[in-house]
Amino acid sequence: MTLQPHLIKRLWLTIKAPLDGPLMLFLGLIFALSLVVLYSANNQGLDKIDNKLVYTLLSLSIMWLLARSRPQSIMNFAPPIYGIGVVLLLAVHFKGVTVNGSTRWLELGITRIQPSEIMKIALPMMLAWFFQKYELSMRWWHYLVAAVMIAIPCALVLKQPDLGTTMLIAASGFFVLFFVGLPWKVILGGMIAAGACMPVVWNMLHDYQRRRVMTMIDPMEDPLGAGYHIIQSMIAIGSGGPWGKGWLNGTQTHLDYIPERTTDFIFAVYSEEFGLVGNVLLVILYTLVLSRAMMITAGAQTLYGRAMAGAITLSFFVYAFVNMGMVAGILPVVGVPLPFVSYGGTATVTLFVGMGMLMSIGNARR
Amino acid sequence: MRPTRFKNPQAEDGQFQLRLIVAYVFMLLMFCVLIARFIWLQVYQYEHFSTLAQNNRISLLPILPNRGLIMDRNGVILAQNYSAYTLELVPSKMPDMNATVAELKKLVNITPRDEKLFKKLQGESKDFESIPLKVKLTEEEAARVAANAWRFPGVQVKARLFRDYPYKELTSHVLGYIGRINQKDQEQLDDEDKTTNYKGTNYIGKTGLEAVYEDDLHGQVGFEEVETDSGGRAIRSLRRTPPVNGNNLKLALDIRLQEVADKLFGNRRGALVAIDPQTGGVLAFLSKPGFDPNLFIDGIDSQSWAALNSDWQKPMINRALRGTYPPGSTFKPFVSMAALETHSIGMHDVRPAPAFFTLPGSSHQFRDSNKNGNGSANLAKAIQVSSDTFFYKLAWDMGIDKIAPTVGQFGLGRPTGIDLDGEASGVLPTKEWKAKRFARYKEEFRRWYPADVVSIGIGQGFNSYTPLQMANGVAILANEGVAYKPHLVQEVVDAKTGKSRLVEAKPDRTLPFKKENFEYVKAAMQSVLKPGGTAWRLGVGLPYTMAGKTGTAQVVAIKQGAKYNASALAEQYRDHSWFVAFAPVDKPRIAVAVIVENAGFGAAAAAPIARGLFDYYITGKVPGSISGDMKTVPMDTADDAAATSD
Repeated sequence: MTLQPHLIKRLWLTIKAPLDGPLMLFLGLIFALSLVVLYSANNQGLDKIDNKLVYTLLSLSIMWLLARSRPQSIMNFAPPIYGIGVVLLLAVHFKGVTVNGSTRWLELGITRIQPSEIMKIALPMMLAWFFQKYELSMRWWHYLVAAVMIAIPCALVLKQPDLGTTMLIAASGFFVLFFVGLPWKVILGGMIAAGACMPVVWNMLHDYQRRRVMTMIDPMEDPLGAGYHIIQSMIAIGSGGPWGKGWLNGTQTHLDYIPERTTDFIFAVYSEEFGLVGNVLLVILYTLVLSRAMMITAGAQTLYGRAMAGAITLSFFVYAFVNMGMVAGILPVVGVPLPFVSYGGTATVTLFVGMGMLMSIGNARR
Repeated sequence: MRPTRFKNPQAEDGQFQLRLIVAYVFMLLMFCVLIARFIWLQVYQYEHFSTLAQNNRISLLPILPNRGLIMDRNGVILAQNYSAYTLELVPSKMPDMNATVAELKKLVNITPRDEKLFKKLQGESKDFESIPLKVKLTEEEAARVAANAWRFPGVQVKARLFRDYPYKELTSHVLGYIGRINQKDQEQLDDEDKTTNYKGTNYIGKTGLEAVYEDDLHGQVGFEEVETDSGGRAIRSLRRTPPVNGNNLKLALDIRLQEVADKLFGNRRGALVAIDPQTGGVLAFLSKPGFDPNLFIDGIDSQSWAALNSDWQKPMINRALRGTYPPGSTFKPFVSMAALETHSIGMHDVRPAPAFFTLPGSSHQFRDSNKNGNGSANLAKAIQVSSDTFFYKLAWDMGIDKIAPTVGQFGLGRPTGIDLDGEASGVLPTKEWKAKRFARYKEEFRRWYPADVVSIGIGQGFNSYTPLQMANGVAILANEGVAYKPHLVQEVVDAKTGKSRLVEAKPDRTLPFKKENFEYVKAAMQSVLKPGGTAWRLGVGLPYTMAGKTGTAQVVAIKQGAKYNASALAEQYRDHSWFVAFAPVDKPRIAVAVIVENAGFGAAAAAPIARGLFDYYITGKVPGSISGDMKTVPMDTADDAAATSD
């Protein structure tokens, strides 16, 4: 079988056309790093690497399809997707699968899905669509409607209970409002009000969540329980030192001290083996991705494009920051994966969908 | 030039760009905070964390709390802890596990059973955990291993507390037992967020009170931060948080009474529950045969397990709590209460009590246990002689809708709420129950037939209750409707403060029935022990007042026309013998339900057990038949008399 060079070239161009070069480069570097860490975290087993390659390829094709589409046509799907998302969340509420005391999954025979994950994309889409629709007749009460749109999925996810995801969904909604021009007065007022609400929220939290917060403030409070993981992951990071212990040499990791070491706490593994240098490198890579995403956002033509691209960018930042902050012991433990690095299919699909939409908005610049 | 889509493109644009910049700066700032944190951890604190990471430099050792004790009402210990040495291995520190075990065998007597258990535990635990190879070393063995410790890295002799149930079979169905925490227990602990509190603990209550009061008995784990050298030896303690020991349980149960009951049963099968009607405290709770709970603590070996499980007498089944039986004639007092309360019969109405009862238009004969019948009787007499035909007719006249609600008030046919897990609810038959029970059958099975109520009237048919429910029902009847929730634990004694937390001593509810009806039925039950009553022999030489009711529960239906012949039936198909009683009649201090399986008539087998038990409880006299083999101290009547305001 012979492949003609010009065919290959045509194919290459077709694939490349909708993709954003700089973004692909930075993401590729992060992905390469992630394979290296995963190999170590999984005790040099290749099974998770294989899986990761498979679902990353799948996610990439979804991203490519989205990147080829016009933002306009993607936008029109916002209301149905949002509607389906809410319905699925209700279904979880009534018929969900419970794991470790929280009900987050729907059993679909072949696979389990986590509808709260869909909402991370569906909510900002819906809001951006909504503001785009009423762009020329904006009134203050549109913000109230938007607040209700945010509140519905948040309340459902909070009931599961999944505090971490609730905050992420709420944040993604807030970012849209921020970029469509929610007045500064309201933002600051909201912050003050939120501060005032803290005691109320504190009383609503489950005991285990309160313990997590207390543990964050002083992990030594509960060195055998909730504080144990944080203490261990801080030891992993700290003992990595400036240069790291070297690939595959993380003692904390390989002695089973790190919980969830291929998923939420993979950063501890990375930190221990690659040290401060590695951490700074990773943060720089994330900053590059974010800067490029910011440029795309800045060039967006429509209100929808601006709000959506901005929300995707900032959400991406929040995931990265919250995960690293949690592992480094400055934020409470919430189940947030490290973007593009943690092992896990669902989150990867969500991230690449976001990237696809971002590229689609970027391609719409003329 | 962009198409002008904004109301004020410059302003809009300017605002948007400003917000972008704000967001971007915010992100960069936040990342700087992260980097600062990394620098703090990885540069400034590097030494500190590096030290910590050098495996085993600082370890957190859990300090186990002592499990709470369980004692009876007089402070006799029923569940205790004793200290003993265990030989434990840490697989991750061993170059060659099998060689080490082989070497250890020369020093310590290790049985194949120990090895099997060790292999099983090894499969369930992580490699760096310490796994016991042999529990309960002798002093000499412990010393021998300690002297040779340098030869065996990863081998430790540890002092641990062990649980012991000195009364063995006698308390098996009350206390239950603790056992090793298995995968399922671990998951449950994770779910309830109690994992921390069980660090270092290997045991957890599995059944009985040990399981129900687990949280009280377990206490709170403490921990010690110690610095160790590379060999794993502790150099100095950095910080110590002491554990809080588990709370002690004080039962309402009287172990001496429990033993008398057990001795009176001898080798027969059955159950006995005695309750103090004025408090709901359970005084004796017996299911025969029992088993030795000590066998289960460290995992029972397969041979003993198979023996216990295949035993046809089913020692593992808690008959008092989970065995449901038709109550036979002991049901009649409750039916009588229903009849009086619904005005279906007057106190002095005399009705026929013939040799058999037939339904209108049917030839089926419901026979009386007395083959000649009893002529005629009023309700009290019918209870005294236990006339079946009288009650057939009474039940037939009343119908189930008048019987069930009143009987249900006595707690029959639903869990009593005793502090044990797995209580059976039994069956108080009603039309709804039948329709639900046979929902998957043809309509003719689901329908309620008028004839269904006839055998229910004498405690047969669909009726089925636990001995505990019967005892509770009789206690409520004896106490004239003031009902308490039966409970085994009387108080929980806080380990830290020594304060007692009383288990609910308030009445659970009061039955809305007439005092004179209670008194009438109680008097009729008292006459059961008088000349002419079915248990008249029991009344001979009675130094106190006592009331009761005999019962015989059919295990197999007897063919029409055949005569019940106990000796011809295989033992498993013989009737169960029931007796319920309380004493003294006016201010009852004890109520009891006894069932002896496959023993025939109630008066013959079960009734003497109740009489012996009451004699002992009220007068302090050990029944002559068993006085030779009692283990516990005989009861001192003085303290007992002082305890009541009789």
